[in-house]
Amino acid sequence: MSDAAPLQRKLITPTTLVLATLTLIGFYFLAQRFMYGLGAVANINSGYPWGIWVVVDVIIGTAFGCGGFAMALLVYIFNRSAYHPLMRPALLSGLFGYTLGGVAVIFDLGRYWHFYNLLVPSRAHPDSVMLEVALCVMAYVVVLWIEFAPAFLERFGLSGARRGLGSWMWVFSALGVLLPTMHQSSLGSMILVMGYKLSPLWFTEWLPALFVISALTMGYAIVMFEATVVSKTFGLPSEQALIAKMSKVVGWITMAWLVLRWGDLFARGAVPAAFVPSVRVLLFWVENALFLTAPAVFLCPAGRASQRASFLAAVALLLGGSLYRLDAYIIGYAPVANWTYFPSASELMVSIGMISLEVLLYLIFIKTLPVLHRDAAHA
Amino acid sequence: MSEVDRRDFLKGAGFAAAAAVVSTEASAALVRPPKQMSPDAMGMLYDSTLCIGCKACMSACKAANDMPRDIPPDLRKWNENTWDSPEDLSGRTLNVIKVYRNGAAEHKDQEIDGYAFVKRHCLHCVDPSCVSVCPVSAMQKDPVTGVVTHNPDACIGCRYCVYGCPFGVPQYDFTNPFGKIAKCQFCNHLQKQGKIPACCDVCPTGASLFGKFSDLQHEIERRLSLAPGTPYEFPRGKLGGDRLPNPATIPTYVKGIYGEHEAGSTQVRYLAGVPFAKLGLPQVGLVSPARVTEGMQHTLYHWLIAPIVAFVGFAILARRNTPRNGDDESPTSKGGRQ
Repeated sequence: MSDAAPLQRKLITPTTLVLATLTLIGFYFLAQRFMYGLGAVANINSGYPWGIWVVVDVIIGTAFGCGGFAMALLVYIFNRSAYHPLMRPALLSGLFGYTLGGVAVIFDLGRYWHFYNLLVPSRAHPDSVMLEVALCVMAYVVVLWIEFAPAFLERFGLSGARRGLGSWMWVFSALGVLLPTMHQSSLGSMILVMGYKLSPLWFTEWLPALFVISALTMGYAIVMFEATVVSKTFGLPSEQALIAKMSKVVGWITMAWLVLRWGDLFARGAVPAAFVPSVRVLLFWVENALFLTAPAVFLCPAGRASQRASFLAAVALLLGGSLYRLDAYIIGYAPVANWTYFPSASELMVSIGMISLEVLLYLIFIKTLPVLHRDAAHA
Repeated sequence: MSEVDRRDFLKGAGFAAAAAVVSTEASAALVRPPKQMSPDAMGMLYDSTLCIGCKACMSACKAANDMPRDIPPDLRKWNENTWDSPEDLSGRTLNVIKVYRNGAAEHKDQEIDGYAFVKRHCLHCVDPSCVSVCPVSAMQKDPVTGVVTHNPDACIGCRYCVYGCPFGVPQYDFTNPFGKIAKCQFCNHLQKQGKIPACCDVCPTGASLFGKFSDLQHEIERRLSLAPGTPYEFPRGKLGGDRLPNPATIPTYVKGIYGEHEAGSTQVRYLAGVPFAKLGLPQVGLVSPARVTEGMQHTLYHWLIAPIVAFVGFAILARRNTPRNGDDESPTSKGGRQ
């Protein structure tokens, strides 16, 4: 069997109780949304029809769920088997990032009871980027559960099924790299249709490439973030040696992203737009500074050696990737008329509730299923 | 890193590089060709200089399309929550007349110290973004008349059309738990009965004029070619219909026809005496945004070749890098190869 084991810790702790409370508050406002309409809970409007429920819960949420994608690429495609102990926790966070992202889509849909139309071939519109994203994300959620299934099968001692699945796992590992490549890039293609409504600092034909590469960097960053937080929280032996080794790869990928982004800005002559003072431009620079933190730390031996610096660089990468998505979808976008948008408290509570639920389920799963590396779990 | 490992790593890297080359070529051939207007397309000409701001078109639109009253919250007390008084398009309003005012606002259709009216509703793009983005084909463009329709029975309410429309036309009713997308459908239901769109039907001056697009095109050219002050019989209702015209004189038009090049081209066009931007008409690009997205998608997903090739490549590598005994999804035996 695998080298993973459940973490022997109490299920109910002050942290889990707080998370459960936040989740319930989120559900309370969700109920309001279903009773009184989207406008009763969220500040979204005709100028900003997509708010944080789309951008935070789905666009950013699934990027946070790219740990499984990023690790599968490294472990199965580039054969970096040493990183295998990080695979299952990465898949688990992906599992919740994506599953709950899918759930969030449902409650954000204005006519959710027609959701099945996405699966009706006569209705499906293949030119629509959203159809590609929707079908691809649905398929990937299934793939993630299959990739994670060995943890269940081991937990319940179904070794026959476990072996059978194991011999076909390469199919799902391949799909687990292909599908996120497709829909994470499509999340960039999705805003190509904004055209003049999106600031030239974000609008480029390279949006799909920029989105998929930054999703990868966020995937590695979340793995590094979780490994550090879990080992510190539960006093487990650190995975730092492995993380330090991986961080060099992450540093180069982030560097490639920055080169692509700035090369494109120069090629399109959009750089002057970055020097016109505005909140938008300020955030553009914050975004780039956050991205630059990763190569600055990860490509220098002293940075890689410092657990603190590596952790902060991973956080910077997560924040940078999130801000890039928020900017590209909401802040860098100008609606046709003079609309403004800032999420309402109830709208924020729904997103906070969803994130709390993700963390809560993650904690429950690592304590009940073989997810973490055995040496770590039994320490 | 052992030699075997290094070779595997390079194979993976080579594959990634090949994928990058494919996507570079994709961007060169990115924008898909424009769509052409149907020769039988129907259209509308809104001549702002003829509009007197009576709003008859707004109330006729509500009646013809069974749309509810729309009273902005800050007007509710003032008008005792009685009159339909929308200030802009919304989930409850498909057509709205707005006013431009400057300085003393004394002279009609004059930019300085003047005023002018403008009508907002769907422009029925030749290559509409809303149709392109809709995942469930709820937005359709009629291949003959070119009318852009919406089917609420297909719609999932994702509001991508609201987000994507360059003109800010489709609207979702956020106040209703079972809200719908609202947009002008050119009174398609009336057109099918041989009638004309309600707004053009009731317009007393011919400011909103319905007709075959090619005929309207000639009408526009005629108006623009005549000298200001020339007596002219402005048709009302439907161009080429039997209604009495509105006798007046040719006004001083600003240069250009709004809708001729906007977002590719539209079937509803505007003439005005005040610059279109001042009237609040969105200043959009000259290329339909749908051409950019569809060009990208058609390139990356052409016959699904790229995803299939990528899948085969990934599968070969994943299979090679996963042990065959099924004992573990781990690609190595315990202890690893490092």
